[in-house]
Amino acid sequence: MEPVRYHVLHETSYDYGSPISLSQQQLHLSPRFLPWQLVHEQRIDIEPQPTWRRDGLDAFGNPVSWISFHAPHDSLRLRSTMNISVLSHMPDAEQLASSMPWEELRERLAYDAQPPEPEDLEAVRFLFESPHVRVKHELAQYAADCFPPGTPVLVGAHNLMTKIFEEFEFDPEATTVSTPVLEVLENKRGVCQDFAHLMIACLRALGLSARYVSGYLLTRPPPGKPRLIGADASHAWVSVYAPGTADNWVDFDPTNNLLPDTEHITLAIGRDFSDISPLRGIILGGGSAEPEVAVTVVPLDEEEIPEALRAAAEAVKAAD
Amino acid sequence: MARTLLAIYPHSARRYDEMLMADGDVRPHWRGFFNHLDAVSPEDMHQRLDFADRRILENGVTYNVYADPNGADRPWVLDPVPLIIPPDEWAEISAAVAQRAALLNAILADLYGPQTLLAKGLLPPALVYGQHGYLWPCQGIQPPGGVWLHHYAVDLARSPNGRWWVIADRTQAPSGAGYALENRLVVSRVFPEMFRDLHVQHLADFFRDQQEGLTKLAPLDPGEQPHIVLLTPGPYNETYFEHAYLARYLGFPLVEGQDLTVRGDTVFLKTLRGLKRVHVILRRQDDDYCDPLELRGDSALGIPGLINVARAGRVAIANALGSGLLASGALMGFLPAICRELLGEKLAMPSIATWWCGEKPALEFVKENFDDLVIKPAYPTQRMEPVFGHELEGEAREEMLRRIEARPHAYVAQEMVNLAQAPTWSRAHERRLIARPVGLRAYAAVNGDGEYSVMPGGLTRVAQGAGARIISMQRGGASKDTWVLTNGPVSEFTLLKPSFGVRDLVRAGANLTSRVVENLFWLGRYSERFDDSARLLRVALARLVDVGGEKTQAVASVLELAERLGVLPTPEEDNEVGEGSEHSLLEAIYDPDQPGSLAGNIRSLMWSASHVRERLSLDHWQSLNRLLREQQTAQKKHPTLTEAIAFLDRVLLVSSSLNGFAMDNMTRDDGWRFLIIGRRLERLSFLARGVADFLRMESARGQGCLEWLLEMADSIITYRSRYSRHAELLPVIDLLVFDESNPHGVSFQTNVLGRYLERMASELGADYDQRLSGAVERLRAFDLGKLEHLQFNQCRSCAPCEELATLLLDLDAAAAHLSDGLAMRYFTHVGDVSRQTMAL
Repeated sequence: MEPVRYHVLHETSYDYGSPISLSQQQLHLSPRFLPWQLVHEQRIDIEPQPTWRRDGLDAFGNPVSWISFHAPHDSLRLRSTMNISVLSHMPDAEQLASSMPWEELRERLAYDAQPPEPEDLEAVRFLFESPHVRVKHELAQYAADCFPPGTPVLVGAHNLMTKIFEEFEFDPEATTVSTPVLEVLENKRGVCQDFAHLMIACLRALGLSARYVSGYLLTRPPPGKPRLIGADASHAWVSVYAPGTADNWVDFDPTNNLLPDTEHITLAIGRDFSDISPLRGIILGGGSAEPEVAVTVVPLDEEEIPEALRAAAEAVKAAD
Repeated sequence: MARTLLAIYPHSARRYDEMLMADGDVRPHWRGFFNHLDAVSPEDMHQRLDFADRRILENGVTYNVYADPNGADRPWVLDPVPLIIPPDEWAEISAAVAQRAALLNAILADLYGPQTLLAKGLLPPALVYGQHGYLWPCQGIQPPGGVWLHHYAVDLARSPNGRWWVIADRTQAPSGAGYALENRLVVSRVFPEMFRDLHVQHLADFFRDQQEGLTKLAPLDPGEQPHIVLLTPGPYNETYFEHAYLARYLGFPLVEGQDLTVRGDTVFLKTLRGLKRVHVILRRQDDDYCDPLELRGDSALGIPGLINVARAGRVAIANALGSGLLASGALMGFLPAICRELLGEKLAMPSIATWWCGEKPALEFVKENFDDLVIKPAYPTQRMEPVFGHELEGEAREEMLRRIEARPHAYVAQEMVNLAQAPTWSRAHERRLIARPVGLRAYAAVNGDGEYSVMPGGLTRVAQGAGARIISMQRGGASKDTWVLTNGPVSEFTLLKPSFGVRDLVRAGANLTSRVVENLFWLGRYSERFDDSARLLRVALARLVDVGGEKTQAVASVLELAERLGVLPTPEEDNEVGEGSEHSLLEAIYDPDQPGSLAGNIRSLMWSASHVRERLSLDHWQSLNRLLREQQTAQKKHPTLTEAIAFLDRVLLVSSSLNGFAMDNMTRDDGWRFLIIGRRLERLSFLARGVADFLRMESARGQGCLEWLLEMADSIITYRSRYSRHAELLPVIDLLVFDESNPHGVSFQTNVLGRYLERMASELGADYDQRLSGAVERLRAFDLGKLEHLQFNQCRSCAPCEELATLLLDLDAAAAHLSDGLAMRYFTHVGDVSRQTMAL
């Protein structure tokens, strides 16, 4: 199958109301390379010009930038544009069924005073509690019926994804970025970030490794309508450790009850949201600190690329 | 040998006794000290203990106890009898502690670097990745000199057979070294002869090694001098005393998070003269609070961007961020193998037997031997008190087992130890020793050669009860000095100055932080405010007592002024003078919760003083402490009016000695300048408002009112010496407002302020100066002749009185404007805290 190529535009703006005297920001806005994802072009335009900037990779291999502003400013605009190809990588039902029984994987990830397999050592980074993922007994209970004895780990994960999709309601008003997983479990409402955290917490409570993936999802405009700029949003889903599969990790999207393939674009991978929040900052001064975020995902073969996006894409090319 | 000392001292076969051998004889290295104790007369001993108690109280050696609902400082409890350790035994302990420090440093280097320990299966990943203490953003950071662990403390205990064991490792920001130092200063003076004759090793060399070690690691740019600061979370921390104490002793500025700021990949101290680069941060703040940009975002204590400075290798943070995870007791079982792997040596001192429940066989063992074990959290960030297996019954036991079963990796079990016992001086008896369980906290620090020096001594911690199994300062334990004896000569090196000279009180002004200046300014304002209100209250009380509670006009007028100035609360309905005003006067003195009260002012004074504690001399601090104690004792006793007057007398005495320290003992640097500006502004405001209100008050027209006004302004003696007759309006106003030689007059304050402002004009902008000098000019232009033939007792808001009152209030407004201006220009703006932002 042919790779699918996308343009993504991710714009963030702050209007602080009154001047900020000092601001430091950590950016997870540059997409990472993956076996199924190729980044052709990528840039971040920042207004005003940062006083200082450092680029690097974080401990999980994601590109990260730190910028700081030492002069007073009352607004901040970041415009991240990227040109990316995604290959199909979704396993079929047979591959799910032939994954390792979940108990066997759990034993394999547990410490036994022997040198672990390198890929297992990599995976246990995502086995324990993290700031947004408390691992509690209730979570193992919630997931128990998805993992009868001997269930292949990916089949169990699929069951769990479907269970969450069916029992939870998508409700942007119900939660904030800091709503605890147990509260989400109780109220059965939330957004993609909550469902991803919940599914990860359930898997870790069972002794399985699961990662948090942030990125974008292609949405389709209603038939006959043009694609609207900024109508899309950042998305989040889950990736489950399954040694023996092609990439050792398989993605699940509990918000949409599907296995991500060529319509999910990966930005960063971490233990949970806190490792890879797209823009995290500390400011001194100012009034309001509520950002406006607009995301646009356009397949490059689409005939009607909106004008604004075409201009942005051309600006990228001109700069290179 | 006299046996009365040991009359109630118990023998225990189950515990090692530090002083007595199994046959009851005193151990050789204790004999000299024991005989000395035996020879000291009870009176002499009383005196020595009194000295120790007083010294601790007055130095303000305190341990803040989190659980204390009043948040009050609890005095540090020190037992005068030291723990004595002979040279050969110490050599072993010292070598073992140094080895362990080197080992833990090597483990940190591995875990924040290549992680070979995990790849080889020598350490379970749960104890690294599973800990909140493992700081992911610090992965890959290479600290200056390859040192992660700059200072380290270890809790040791002795088992019944006399062997020392490691109970716990402290790798985050180990506390107690400062208390050990203070204990030494007290105990070596309680037993000066013994301290000399027994050849006790001094502690100063250790602290010098620590200084040198940190200095050596400073990542300097060409031409820079190393700048080392001690970072404290602030006065509410349980060991703040120690932070201030060590900062003074080591000569490092004491800073809080908001004193530091990161610009790019460099961290700076915000000083009055601008930003000054910091090379080394000795931190007493937990690492997850150190950088809200990348670590916990919910804390205002941190320094945003600090990790980026560490990443660039441009600051040495002692200990490195992320070092706290090694305090996990779960690591202990893995140390022998890791020591062989990383150091190629055998671990010199064993750890207490510890089972990490994350390992299957260990979990089984713990379940089978539950009654013989203590259950503790595996991770130092978990909030959980140790639980004794045998104390748990029924449902509680089942619940604990279920919790362990559900998250086995979060728990460890340790064997129960019978701590050694040591002699302690009994306060309840005339001359008796009693036995208390003890443990030793030993300290190591990296020195100038990059090796670990071990403090020859340490903090001996004493459990509260005879049978205690846990020693905790938070649970009310006490401490002892630790005397390590030497066969060789004793080093005479000292970091202490022979006495407190002017230079010690305030260090050179270049490093003054904006926060310190702000607090000194408020210290000046509060100390004056408290002096003013004490004087006004004394005037009122004295009048009231003199007339036996009768409502004379003088009494009524002074009460009215006190209300107008906010020293007394405004009465809600017309209270008769008498019982009601007595009560409110006493409340205005003793009730700290009443706005504007004297007790409240003392509290504010202590608050600002505690923030600049390392800049105050011990004498200074002792006076403040005495004041607070006086007030607290008096508050409990329902004092009479006469007692209250006596209290105010003492308060004013302490206040004048405080001022004496400020005038005589503080270096004339910028900090001092702001202290004095604060004082002058406050006094100016008090006098200007006081005199203006007085002129407008009808009640002030009565007999004896001008006298109390003079007394309130501390000018009655000057007046009498000049005029030797009844007070009249014209000379009184001249003395209190226009006479430039009266230090308690308005003009004196404006002159002093004017001189300071002149020097600061270029920094502050002309506006502030102009507004004040304008108000001063207009006041000077007032024609005193208008008051010449005025019958004050008959005038009713006449034009001259009203004109003068308005001029004075203008001056007060200009002073307030100036105060705001200073704050805008020079201070940290404690209210203006960093905020976290987040975008999806």
